[in-house]
Amino acid sequence: MMSDILLMSGSFLASAVEMVEAITIILAVGITRGWRSALIGTVTALITLGIIVALLGPSLINYVPLDVLRIVVGVLLLIFGLQWLRKAILRASGLKELHDEERIFKAEISELQGAVATQTAIDWTGFVVSFKGVLLEGLEVAFIVLTFGANSGRFDLSIAGALAAAVIITGVAIVVRQPLSRVPENAIKFGVGTMLMAFGTFWGGEGVGVDWELRDMTIVVLMLLYGGAGAFLIAMLRSRTAEPATRVEVSAS
Amino acid sequence: MKYLAAFGAFWYDFIVGDSIVLAIGGVSVLVLGYVASRVMAEALPQLLLPAAVLTTLVVSLPGLIRWRGRS
Repeated sequence: MMSDILLMSGSFLASAVEMVEAITIILAVGITRGWRSALIGTVTALITLGIIVALLGPSLINYVPLDVLRIVVGVLLLIFGLQWLRKAILRASGLKELHDEERIFKAEISELQGAVATQTAIDWTGFVVSFKGVLLEGLEVAFIVLTFGANSGRFDLSIAGALAAAVIITGVAIVVRQPLSRVPENAIKFGVGTMLMAFGTFWGGEGVGVDWELRDMTIVVLMLLYGGAGAFLIAMLRSRTAEPATRVEVSAS
Repeated sequence: MKYLAAFGAFWYDFIVGDSIVLAIGGVSVLVLGYVASRVMAEALPQLLLPAAVLTTLVVSLPGLIRWRGRS
């Protein structure tokens, strides 16, 4: 039960973060190049993602041995989780620029306004930009949905989490018609990072033969451990950045 | 060839991202877990794995390592 809740919320939160980024691109395309090409690009990317999940999901369960699946998924989730948590720590401590949807939106708008308009029914620049944006942001979500679903055998929960995020974020975007800059993206990224790391350690550990005494509760303990360590590291790095002479520059990406 | 390189670059960026330490660390953690679960007492790998994950995270944070090296 506990792991089901964590699985669904992990899928929901990871999808929400990526959706916010994808919606920023769709809004920019819609406003500058027209909603028709923005929406066609988005729907095409979503269908592509759906096909990837539908094709790979059953294949993973039916043809890959469970221990191999746990090791591969464990290591990938660990790497993903570490990347997300590292980025969140660097941003929270001021060593990396915060992800600014407002700024990204404006940059995207000015770039798209500069592109030459086409006379065809579909504006191909708009289509390609929205398709690529949704596909690339969505691949990470598809990966999380696939790995969570395949390892736990609960594709229903991981897909439900992602769909709930898609509905909520899209609904909010339709209402406000502007970039969702008030979503606490870094805090969510921090939380999802610890979740992915906990699931990665747990499943990867099981795959290589580690016997977790606390069973599913191990995931909660690991999340608390990684979250606590992350908060401690932010505090340490903040005290470091408070010294101007020794400031460390890390490029924003 | 151009598409193959772009495909490779996409996967490199997808998995390695902006810190190769994390990719190497992630793999090393499970290799360590495999070895530990075969040669150590049952409880130890459970502690070793999270410790190795946290070590990877600390090593990947540039500001922290430089700060430690300076003091």
